[in-house]
Amino acid sequence: MLNKYPMWKNLMVACIIFVGFFYAIPNLFGEDYAVQVVGTRGAEVTVATQSTVNDILASKNIAMKRSELENGQLLVRVMDGDQQLLAREAIAAALGDKYTVALNLAPATPEWLESMGGSPMKLGLDLRGGVHFLMEVKMGEAVRKMTESKMADFRTDLRGERIRYAGIRESAKGIEIKFRDAENLAKAERFLKSSGNDMVFTDTSSGGNYFLIANLSESYLKQVKEDALQQNITTIRNRVNELGVAEPVVQRQGAERIIVQLPGVQDTARAKKILGATASIEFRMVDEKADATAIASGRVSPNSKVYDRRQGGKVALYKEVMLSGTHIQGAQPSFDEYSRPQVSINLDSKGGSIFSNVTKDNIGKPMATLFIEYKDNGAKNPDGSIKLEKIEEVISVATIQARLGRNFVITGLDHGESQSLALLLRAGALIAPVVIVEERTIGPSLGAENIQNGVQAMIWGLAVVLIFMLVYYRAFGLIANLALTANLVMVVGVMSMIPGAVLTLPGIAGMVLTVGMAVDGNVLIYERIREELRNGRSVQQAIHEGYANAFSTIADANITTFMTALILFSVGTGAVKGFAVTLMIGIATSMFTAIVGTRAIVNAVWGGKRVKKLSI
Amino acid sequence: MFQILSIKGTVNFLRHAVPISILSLILVIGSLTSLATKGINWGLDFTGGTVVELEFSSTANLQALRAELTSEETEGVVVQHFGSSRDVITRLPVKEGVKSELQVQHVMEAAIKLDPQVIQKRVEMVGPQIGQELAEQGGLAVLVALICILIYVSFRFEWRLALGSVAALAHDVIITLGVFSLFQLDFDLTVLAGVLTVVGYSLNDTIVVFDRIRENFLKMRKGGPEEIVNTSITQTMSRTIITTGTTLVVVIALFLKGGTMIHGFATALLMGIFVGTFSSIYVASFLAVKLGINREHMLPVEIEKEGADQDPLMP
Repeated sequence: MLNKYPMWKNLMVACIIFVGFFYAIPNLFGEDYAVQVVGTRGAEVTVATQSTVNDILASKNIAMKRSELENGQLLVRVMDGDQQLLAREAIAAALGDKYTVALNLAPATPEWLESMGGSPMKLGLDLRGGVHFLMEVKMGEAVRKMTESKMADFRTDLRGERIRYAGIRESAKGIEIKFRDAENLAKAERFLKSSGNDMVFTDTSSGGNYFLIANLSESYLKQVKEDALQQNITTIRNRVNELGVAEPVVQRQGAERIIVQLPGVQDTARAKKILGATASIEFRMVDEKADATAIASGRVSPNSKVYDRRQGGKVALYKEVMLSGTHIQGAQPSFDEYSRPQVSINLDSKGGSIFSNVTKDNIGKPMATLFIEYKDNGAKNPDGSIKLEKIEEVISVATIQARLGRNFVITGLDHGESQSLALLLRAGALIAPVVIVEERTIGPSLGAENIQNGVQAMIWGLAVVLIFMLVYYRAFGLIANLALTANLVMVVGVMSMIPGAVLTLPGIAGMVLTVGMAVDGNVLIYERIREELRNGRSVQQAIHEGYANAFSTIADANITTFMTALILFSVGTGAVKGFAVTLMIGIATSMFTAIVGTRAIVNAVWGGKRVKKLSI
Repeated sequence: MFQILSIKGTVNFLRHAVPISILSLILVIGSLTSLATKGINWGLDFTGGTVVELEFSSTANLQALRAELTSEETEGVVVQHFGSSRDVITRLPVKEGVKSELQVQHVMEAAIKLDPQVIQKRVEMVGPQIGQELAEQGGLAVLVALICILIYVSFRFEWRLALGSVAALAHDVIITLGVFSLFQLDFDLTVLAGVLTVVGYSLNDTIVVFDRIRENFLKMRKGGPEEIVNTSITQTMSRTIITTGTTLVVVIALFLKGGTMIHGFATALLMGIFVGTFSSIYVASFLAVKLGINREHMLPVEIEKEGADQDPLMP
């Protein structure tokens, strides 16, 4: 029979629309005021922390909506903004400076909905306010450091093999090793090539001058850059956590850039200072002359100073710095032959020679690793600039067993400590400096304004279109309007479902545009039905023909628009990507609602009946 | 049945094709001339530089603000109203050796001097290299979009129609860019998004007409290409008017209510929809006719030419 959908098809349509609506629901609930607790500097947020926080809030009479412990983060939801401020103060005071306590807004999606994967759309920075940084890693510096360290390696290696060379220097062509005769050059070339150090060697001898040029191999160069980028991302991520921002984004972009997005942050100067502030490491000798009572009273010799140990307790260190963290090139957690955790450290050549000299004279004595970082605690200088508090902590004390060179290990740590020490050591020494090449700050008021503008444009556009369709196509117009509204809700639903999708201002524009363009499908169909009726077809035939003939046109028209949206998505950044995403989703859902969705209703109402006249 | 257009018979659209095409040509040449001489007023996204958007507590005195911004760091600053008389936007060019933070700081100091309650609404800083890369990528994107469409339409329809549609698209893009060049409107990333959307939208119209042309070539047993094209345009006319109308309504809503940040985007779309609608008739279809489109081109390849014996019917 003409114009009847089988049951399964109706069910499918209902099902898809239901899913779209269901996942759009979380957007209705808005956001809760919340306080977020993150452990820093070794501290972890545990169930114990959670109950402590609960007790604090109870004692202060601050009502709590919900408290969640997830991924080492505690999120406490409170009733309103005032309570939020009170709660933060109370928690921060009670937990001390090992935790970052930050204000946050958390989606107020009910738990049952959340457990089914429901979450509201993520808003882009242009809608919620915040800072966007694009940072570039200065790769030249990373390569230069690597070249320097290779030069030092060559010197030691060649000397060790008793191969005589006249000089090693860096030139435009690469590392240039000069020899006095061909014999030594040949020996060196054979040895260096066999030692597998990721270098490419070329013999450029001419006219009695014997030169060997060494260059980092293509693949190794790539590796060096990749490592530098990865390490910088890790470092920056640690520092971002320090800011206590909700849902920060730290992402690589291409081969040498890093995107950092800090929603809700207004004070860019502060953010920049913290992202740029370097944590650093110093190695110092322990002052063994200072005894427990002297340390406790703080009365140590003028050459020493008392520091807190991270594990608890205090220790006195000489003020003289044996080695600073800038010489550290790498630090990896590993295990010794008894599977005890340790951290292997390698230094650059200069650091290596310094270290080897100091350790030679101090065998059997304890050496401490001091961790120094600058932390923002909200205080300001008299001139209004941010005052950073210097925090110094001893993270490990180890006895020097032997003379140490460029590579050595620190032992006497537990597994977690070795991991975090390696991380901190690496964080202290950025392989390559980063510079901010792009910065965008959107104020919170502008963000709210943008949402309001977008929503208003949508309401106006939608209202006019809906009224027009209703007047022009009457009953069929009503169906088209249902489809249009369902389409809009489904775009929201799909946007909420896709984890990476972000709603931006151009994204809202994309939705508005979808409203205008989505009617096209229905208009094409309805005009075709009218035409068929004019040509004298029966009602059922006209409906059938209308849908059938318009289908390929709608498909062609939408596929091409989809293609341009896809291209836009691949070249666009941030906000424009948001536009492309909503446009693509809008095209897909509007095709579905305009062709299949309206057909299901039309079939249900008019299909298979004797109808004389259509309200179209 | 309530109808905007009730056309009895066929309107001879193509009769006006020659003068309108000449007008189109003039517009394209004019746009290209403007692009060549005045160029495009590239926005921050493409040139790099620093933008600071401020909201004053009362009407902002631009003269006074300009007078304050005379330091070395703020040389070449452009100060404009943005949206309302209280909102001001300042644009600072990239300067060798001058940190953008310093530029922003100078602007804020000057603004605070005039109005202690001034709010910093937005700061954007883009390095010159990033802008350069983006401009190259953007140009490439438009080109890739056009080529993809050429391939798709050739594959789905026929090369004469594909060429016609791409010519129409290029026409729309050039005129839209021409308007931006002529009035020296700020061309930023959202405008590029608008231009690409115009490409997609304008093609919608063209494809609807082409689809009908193809159908009519197969269905109508008499009538030359011109007549068939005219019939097809007439039949799709009310759809074109309605869809263009609804899209225009929402774009106007965006233009009026969407706020300053997507003004450029809405402007590009507004332009594009206007030119895109008539280019589907007077550029795309007309060009296809001039390229000699006929019934045989529309027949599916697998099928033997059953119309071979009807040749005499064709003029």
